[in-house]
Amino acid sequence: MAGIHQGIDDSIVALATPNGVGAIAVIRISGLDAISIVNKVFKGKDLSKQATHTAHFGTIRDGAQVLDEVLVTIFKGPKSFTKENVVEISTHGSPYIARKVIQLLIRTGARHALPGEFTKRAFLNGQFDLAQAEAVADMILADSDASHQAAINQMRGGFSNEISELREKLIHFASMIELELDFGEEDVEFADRDDLKQLVDALKKVIGVLINSFDLGNVIKNGVPTVIAGKPNAGKSTLLNALLNEEKAIVSDIAGTTRDFIEDELNLGGVIFRFIDTAGLRETQDTIEAMGVERTQAKMKEAALILYLFDLVEDNITDILREVNKLENQGIPFLAIGNKIDLADEALVTQLEANAAFVLISAKKGLNLELLKDKVLEKANLGDLNTSGTIVTNIRHYENLFKTKEALEAVLIGLSNNVTGDFLAMDIRQSLHYLGEITGEITTDDLLANIFSKFCIGK
Amino acid sequence: MFPEYDIIVVGAGHAGCEAAHAAGKMGSKVLLITMNMNTIAQMSCNPAIGGVAKGQIVREIDALGGMTGIISDKSMIQFRMLNRSKGPAMWSPRSQNDRMRFAEEWRLTLERNQNVDFWQEMVKELIVENQQVVGVKTGMGLEIRAKSVVLTNGTFLNGLIHIGEKQFGGGRTGEAAAKGITEQLTELGFESGRMKTGTPPRVDARSLNFKKMEEQAGDIDPGKFSFSDTPKLTQQLSCYITYTNKDVHQTLEQGFEQSPMFAGRIKGLGPRYCPSIEDKINRFAERDRHQIFVEPEGRHTVEIYVNGFSTSLPENIQYKALRQIQGFEDVKMFRPGYAIEYDYFPPTQLKLTLETKNIQNLYFAGQINGTTGYEEAACQGLMAGINAHQKLNNKNEVILNRSDAYIGVLIDDLVNKGTEEPYRMFTSRAEFRILLRQDNADLRLTQLSYNLGLADKHALDLVQNKYKQVEYMINDIKQKKYTPDQINPTLETLNSSVIKEKAPLINLIKRPEVSLEKLKENNSNIQEYLNKYSQLETEQAEILIKYDHYIQKEKELAVKMENIDNIIIYQEFDYDKVKGISSESKEKLKRIQPQNLGQASRVSGVSPADISILMVYLGK
Repeated sequence: MAGIHQGIDDSIVALATPNGVGAIAVIRISGLDAISIVNKVFKGKDLSKQATHTAHFGTIRDGAQVLDEVLVTIFKGPKSFTKENVVEISTHGSPYIARKVIQLLIRTGARHALPGEFTKRAFLNGQFDLAQAEAVADMILADSDASHQAAINQMRGGFSNEISELREKLIHFASMIELELDFGEEDVEFADRDDLKQLVDALKKVIGVLINSFDLGNVIKNGVPTVIAGKPNAGKSTLLNALLNEEKAIVSDIAGTTRDFIEDELNLGGVIFRFIDTAGLRETQDTIEAMGVERTQAKMKEAALILYLFDLVEDNITDILREVNKLENQGIPFLAIGNKIDLADEALVTQLEANAAFVLISAKKGLNLELLKDKVLEKANLGDLNTSGTIVTNIRHYENLFKTKEALEAVLIGLSNNVTGDFLAMDIRQSLHYLGEITGEITTDDLLANIFSKFCIGK
Repeated sequence: MFPEYDIIVVGAGHAGCEAAHAAGKMGSKVLLITMNMNTIAQMSCNPAIGGVAKGQIVREIDALGGMTGIISDKSMIQFRMLNRSKGPAMWSPRSQNDRMRFAEEWRLTLERNQNVDFWQEMVKELIVENQQVVGVKTGMGLEIRAKSVVLTNGTFLNGLIHIGEKQFGGGRTGEAAAKGITEQLTELGFESGRMKTGTPPRVDARSLNFKKMEEQAGDIDPGKFSFSDTPKLTQQLSCYITYTNKDVHQTLEQGFEQSPMFAGRIKGLGPRYCPSIEDKINRFAERDRHQIFVEPEGRHTVEIYVNGFSTSLPENIQYKALRQIQGFEDVKMFRPGYAIEYDYFPPTQLKLTLETKNIQNLYFAGQINGTTGYEEAACQGLMAGINAHQKLNNKNEVILNRSDAYIGVLIDDLVNKGTEEPYRMFTSRAEFRILLRQDNADLRLTQLSYNLGLADKHALDLVQNKYKQVEYMINDIKQKKYTPDQINPTLETLNSSVIKEKAPLINLIKRPEVSLEKLKENNSNIQEYLNKYSQLETEQAEILIKYDHYIQKEKELAVKMENIDNIIIYQEFDYDKVKGISSESKEKLKRIQPQNLGQASRVSGVSPADISILMVYLGK
């Protein structure tokens, strides 16, 4: 079944400019229907009547709601990057708006591009030479390896269990319906339509919540809350700056400089992290600083992940292990980070290096930062995060959830119209297919195997 | 003694007969070799044709110019359209047939084919030169030359029959097994396997009490398989339904120790969907009864087929258990049920034309490919016959897509996925079930068959005329609107909500509780307006109107699949040069040698990411 739903000339959409806040964000859409899809949500000139290589001002609207004022540029195939029809929409830079626009385009008939897919199409349409093919192939591979596992892990917080449970039930129903279709002549029980409706309703509800978690822009607004904590002057702000690669936090050598929180987000391997730099944790007489410390402790409790920084110059092994023990008792996932490895006592470094739980870095010198990023991402992908609510962070998962919901709605319409099993089965298969895109594949063979193992059939 | 033939077909079952007939009709000189001319086109198991998914295949065979549909029509004793209460894609024709008449019709059909010669003997060896088959050697040592060979050996290759603890070689009860071919093919590099199937006992109708059973009559207005003008069935026979019970189960359990299946004497894997009665009792112990269908083997014979009671338990246990079934108290057995093991060749060794990848011009069709069922065998025989002829004449390969026909689904599944158990068609195997309906097989396939020189002009005219009329009818319907006065009384009769303002007829037809037939019955205006269209045309127009939404949706999906199917993988393509595909996928792809990207995507174990990467390497 692979590939049926992923055509080679359907229209694909994605953000063309780097993720994050910039002056403008450009959304690119490519495919046979690119122009007509954009035209459906664009208020301004009729894009279908415009010449190639022209730009048009107008608004993107989701129903009555104006999402943004935009500039739309049209490139008609084959005179475009991909040699297909291409539209580029320049929006006002906010990632939130850009995502809203992409979501809208997906609902209007585009599908989210896979990593490297624009390039791949350009290649397929003869825009590049073969040497570039391998790079594209690598991108495809890297993406597919990580994505299913990540999807399941990102959907923790009770939902993934619920989804797989409901999915199991849906498979069971699909089997029951196939059973009554292929073995209707035999002595078999039939799928109860009321039960099916209840199940589809329940599934739709859960999926609706997941879709909304994305819809609310949780990803942009919230990301994965990651608190950087530690004693004053352990180098928290320096680490944040090093991670973000820009001077955002106020950095000084005077302990206690950061009195409130500084937040910024970083996209690591497709997962958005909201890093929160906090005031250092120490007993203090300074009222303002004391308030900061108190709020730091509150923030830590809300965090999905804590990056706890130790100052390898100041702290000794006993202090460090005691602190780690305390963190463990808090029950919030954390990474223990030893900072200032470049200045630290060698004996201490050796001791900590032996302990796999520690990441040893120098924020200032930029040592082992990539390793740290990997560890952070690994935590996220292993589902070690402290998420009370589930957040859908990946727009492709959003897209699949959305299509699942559409298919489930078609099942409900079918049920209310009293259509026969063969038509119901068609929409159930579709919803299973899209759910499968998130959680893993399902094939016809699975349905048949389910039938043969559970029901006594065969003359 | 023999000329050089174009094609030798080995085996005269459902696959062999279709292969010989099609190739002969297309103009090839064919020799059909069978071990016994008196058992051509035997229905070795169930005396029935069609059923869910299988009935659709028979309609496709008929549209393609095969004979199974026509011969079934001529020999049927009962017809039912199954699944009438479900959507049109599920309607499935099924017939009970007179077993002797069926075989006779096939033999006479082949005898009328001037290009088909016959020879009765066992083939024990192929003649292979330079990786190409050039003929066969028979049991008597005769060498017969041919440009290609189609093997349709059914269950005969090293066939081994089990009844209780007894076992003996044989291809069917009372017929010898075929030896030699498996051994030779294995030596030539083919992989072979063992499969198992079974059949129930046959009993004497004179010893049954039908009053104690439920009658299952044929349709009041019986249909037929063929799109051509075969005669309509007039006098139908009934089948009967009865049930096993706890006593029957207990009796059967006494024989479990001697069961060749449970004792492990049978090594081959049997079909899960066609379990023996002992298997049903064993696996579903909670059920205290199982359905038994009592089916006549013919119009004039008293032989009865006990459907649902397939077994390989000792014959005395079979007899004792049968006698405990309601209506079977005085039963006399004609022949016991048995299980049979036979050799097959995993079909991943074939091309989509059913030619083997190893040996040129050698084709396999039917149970030798691991399938089960007359219909599955017949359609493979037909496709092998067509493709053998095409190749000899340097003409196009004929490969049906998954969105063209169940036959396309079947062959694509076999070649790409292989099969561990006897493969039977189910509608759920098809992605595009709504498109692959029994009613439109003619539209899907007749033109193709005509182009091949199989279907005649008359068949093509019939189809073209039918669908032209359907088009006119839909146009007529689209133009018609009714006022509340004109139509509300009719809607009320049909328990459908009334309209408040003028409404198009086409919208009313889309309502689930409304049908064109009922509208015509209850509204003289509609009747008058649409009366010029035949029943078949009306039915077709209604399907297209009512299910338009679903049909369109599936068509879109089918187009997407075809796009990927259109990306050809050229023969010299070197998978080893591709980075990023797992070595397991590579091995499979190298073995299957898919001809296009769509086919590659259906090879088991190949992931969507692999396909994306391949696409990049292949270019468009």
